[in-house]
This record gives sequence, structure tokens and C-alpha cells, in this order.
Amino acid sequence: MGKFLAGRLASILPTLFFVTLLIFGLQQLLPGDPAMVLAGEDQDPNVIAHLRQKMHLDQPLPLQYVHWISGVLHGDLGESLRIQKPVTELILEKLPVTAQLASMAILIALAIGVPAGVISAVKKGTAWDYAANVFALWGLSTPNFWLGILMILLFAVQLGWLPASGYISPFEDLKGNLAAMIMPAFVLGNAFAAVLMRHTRSAMLQVLSSDYVRTARAKGLSERVVILKHALRNALTPVITLGALGFGELLGGTVLTESVFSIPGFGKLIVDAVFNRDYAVVQGVVLITATTYIVLNLLADLAYFIVNPRMRG
Amino acid sequence: MNGRMNAWRRLARRKGAMVGLGFVFLFVLLAVLAPWIAPHDPLATSWGAIRKAPSAAYLFGTDEIGRDVLSRVVWGARASLLAGVVSVCISLSLGVPIGMMAGYLGGWTDALISRFTDAMLACPFLILAIALAAFLGPSLTNAMIAIGISATPIFIRLTRAQVMAVKVEDYVEAARAVGNPHLRIALRHIFPNILAPVIVQATLAIAAAIIAEASLSFLGLGQQPPAPSWGSMLNTAKNYVDNAPWMAVWPGVSIFLLVLSFNLLGDGLRDALDPRHT
Repeated sequence: MGKFLAGRLASILPTLFFVTLLIFGLQQLLPGDPAMVLAGEDQDPNVIAHLRQKMHLDQPLPLQYVHWISGVLHGDLGESLRIQKPVTELILEKLPVTAQLASMAILIALAIGVPAGVISAVKKGTAWDYAANVFALWGLSTPNFWLGILMILLFAVQLGWLPASGYISPFEDLKGNLAAMIMPAFVLGNAFAAVLMRHTRSAMLQVLSSDYVRTARAKGLSERVVILKHALRNALTPVITLGALGFGELLGGTVLTESVFSIPGFGKLIVDAVFNRDYAVVQGVVLITATTYIVLNLLADLAYFIVNPRMRG
Repeated sequence: MNGRMNAWRRLARRKGAMVGLGFVFLFVLLAVLAPWIAPHDPLATSWGAIRKAPSAAYLFGTDEIGRDVLSRVVWGARASLLAGVVSVCISLSLGVPIGMMAGYLGGWTDALISRFTDAMLACPFLILAIALAAFLGPSLTNAMIAIGISATPIFIRLTRAQVMAVKVEDYVEAARAVGNPHLRIALRHIFPNILAPVIVQATLAIAAAIIAEASLSFLGLGQQPPAPSWGSMLNTAKNYVDNAPWMAVWPGVSIFLLVLSFNLLGDGLRDALDPRHT
């Protein structure tokens, strides 16, 4: 276990290094002098000179990177030029909102995607299989911001069951919070459910044709035990890894979902930062998202290692 | 040639793929013939026809400044298809050569390219595209570049894996043994044999790129107003969902149908070109 963990950790360090290079490099895409772009329209020469010095723009590129990365390693992602607050503080403020949205979306996706995948594989070639595949295609082809608008139209405007947008803290009003988050969570989880359904179906089909499932059936075990205890448990291991890879799409989806439902989370932060030309915030959000994604994949690999005895041997 | 005919026959037997191909063809026709098909000027405003419900005069209704929604949907097909195809061409033109270099040369070149690809794949596709579009500036061209670059690592990884599998085949060894230069081996002997999975991935990537363009336009980072784009139409429509829902329905249906068509076609192509998958 220790050896596996050390090996995996060693492999993510170069990836993290290249992630920082990539995100630092984004700044080089700004047309012209970054200090002038960052200073905004007033372009006071004093402000520009101050920015140039503060961001070490008067130094060679490798030195600029060294200054930036040493700040990042100390938890300093820079300062928002518009809100005049440290980027780390801004991200930490918004993170719980997005974490709640993403967690609810994952639960919804698991509750729909895994059973749909199992039913589709067990009832292969029937109307159930066909319906599950249609659901997967629908999930993968529907832009989540459109689904969000349609759900607002149905559940908020027509039926009046749920609020159209906004966010209430769960510590203030838990019921209100759940009412405000259920629609965005469903919208966000919809595409992820489709991805999970496809992975579960293909893993289940493979497992159902294996020798040990045939043996379990030959022993006279009930179909329910064969499917849930013998087949699904083994089929879920690749689903964990593939599901973690799909988590990146889910994080991307939060940007649009939060924008449609006016949820003040991580995604809304990056969109506002883009329009305020608050580039340090954009870089900070991308860095935190990429790091989260890498860590989640590491955790998925560990989970795979723990549930798969052959890897431990 | 025989292989291609067989692949086409396998594709033609798949109803879903044929429906997808039919819809893609229909959308291409819409985009090309937009000036003749669209009943109204997509940019012409009419203060007397603000947010009119669908009627004989305006089949899909009108928007918040009296523009015909149908005409904007028809013209919007251009932006979506253009973005889908151009973005994927950018990804292919960067990803395939870089992936071939990594797979064929191996060693440090491969290690360096692979680590950089991992880093790009660690940034969620849409977030990377938003960040790139933000730094490049909002426009359809920059959105296409941003989407193209963001989708490149998938093609690098796919091409690399295919090249590594093909380069140990006997016919490549034979080409090397008779003294062919590396470039000729890569282009004449390896490239044609890795094309099938690349074509399948490209078709599915067009679907993803169309959604990404619509997403960037929805956020205001793609096609700029007043030029018609399905994503920006939905961005405006969300503000009028209670009193003009038709503004939100048709651009969304169009994105859904076009993306679904490319997904169906991609799935069909995968089955036709890679029989092992089925």
C-alpha cells in the first residue's frame, strides 16, 4: 500500500509542475503589456508601474514564475485587483457552495446512472436497455444550461414548486437551501449520470459473461444475489476510476449551472472574474480545480487499490 | 478500398448513425443556405413585434427586440457548425503530429509530451476553454482557438497510444529494415493505420466542441451580439423565461439535435471502423 501510494504521489508531482507552468503561461496570452491590460482602462502610469513591480513583470520570465510559484506554495494565489481581496480568501469563501452543489449532483448521478447501467446490462436487448441508452444519449447531448432554463420554466414558472434561482445557506434555512439546490444539482448530475450509466453497463456486461458469475448461477444462487453481490461489486471497480475522470466535466459544468441559477459559487466566481478582467482569480480557480481533479483521481486509484484484491497481491 | 466499402456498409446498417448523418447533412444545408432559407433578416429589429409568440408571421416567435427567432436559429447553425469543425481541425492539426512524435520517438520526448498532456487533461475541458478565451479576449475566433487547444490533449493521448501499438507491427519493422527514413515510415506506414480511431474521436469531439461553443457564447465569451449564435440566444432567453419561453426552446432544441446527431454518428462510426468495440 505504502509503495503504491509513494509511486502514485511521485507520478502526480511532475503533472502538478506542468499544471502550474500551463496556468502561469496563460498570462502570456494577454495582448500587449500585461501590466497595462491588468491596470484597466484608466491606465494611470503610477498604477502600471506599481503593478509591474508588484508582479515582477520587469524581471525575466523564469524569475516571474519562481516568484509566482513560491507564492502559490505558501497559499498566496495573488490578489483580486477588482475586489481587493486575496484570491485564496475569495476561493475559500465560494468553495463550500460549489462543494455542496457538486456533492448533491454526484449523489443524484449515482442514484440514476448506476441502477440504469445495471438494468440496461441485465436486460440487454430489451426495451429497458433501449430506454437506458436513449437516456444516456439525452444526457450527453443536452447542454446543461438549456436543461436548467427548461427546469426553471417548468418547476418555478409553471408549477411554482421551487425557487427559480438564488442561494440560501444551509445554516440559515436547510429546507430553503435544499429547495434552491435540488434543481441545479439535478441539472449538473444529469450528464454525469449518463456517463456513469454507460460505464456501468459496459462493465456489467463484461462481468456477467465471466466464469465466476456462471459458477455463482450454477451454485443455485438467486439472480438478485448474483447480480448485486457478485457482478455489481466487481463491475463497480472500473466505474470508480472512470467516474473520477468524468468528475472533471462535472466541475466544468458548475460554471454554467451556477450562472443559470445565480448560485454564488466557484463557477460564478470565474465568470465574474473573466468579465472584470480579474486574471489572478481566473488563474487561481483553474489551479484549484486542476489540483482538486488530480487529488480526486489519486483517491479513486487508492479506492480501486483497496477494493481490488488482485492489485494488493 | 475494399476495407472502406466494408466500413461504409457496416455504418449504413446502423439506423442511429444514418439518422445522425441525415440530421448533420440537414444542419449543413441550413447553414449553407441560411441567406435563402431564413424568412427574415436575423439582425433586423422590430419595435412593433417585441416578444411575439409563435404565429404564421413568425413561426418560432420573436425575441426581446423584435428579431425573428427562426431566422436567428437558422443563421446560428453557421456559428455552431463552424465552431465545431474549426475547433476540431485545430485539435487534430496540433494533437495528431504531437501524439505521433511522442509515440514514435519515445524516451524523453514522450515523457515530456505525456506530462504536459496530463497537465492539460487535469484542467477540466470547459474551465480551460473559459480561461483561454478570457485571456485571448471574447470572440468566436478566439472561442474556437480556446476549444481547439483545450481538446488537443485527447488527440495527443489517442494518437500516441495508437502509434505505440502500430509501430511494433511487422510491416513497420519491414519498412524500417529496408531503410525508409523515419518521416516516411511515420507518414506512409503508421499514419494510415491509426486513422480510424482518430476519425471516430474527431466526430465525437465535434459534438463536444458544439456544446463548448454554445457554453462560451452563453457566458458571453463566444460569438458577440448582435451576430446570431444559439448559446448567446439562450443567454438572453433566460431573462425572459416567464413571459417568452419560446425564446429558450428553439436554440436549445437545435443544439440538442445537432450534438445528438454527431454523437449518434460517432457511435456508429466507432462500431463500423472498430469491430472489436462491438
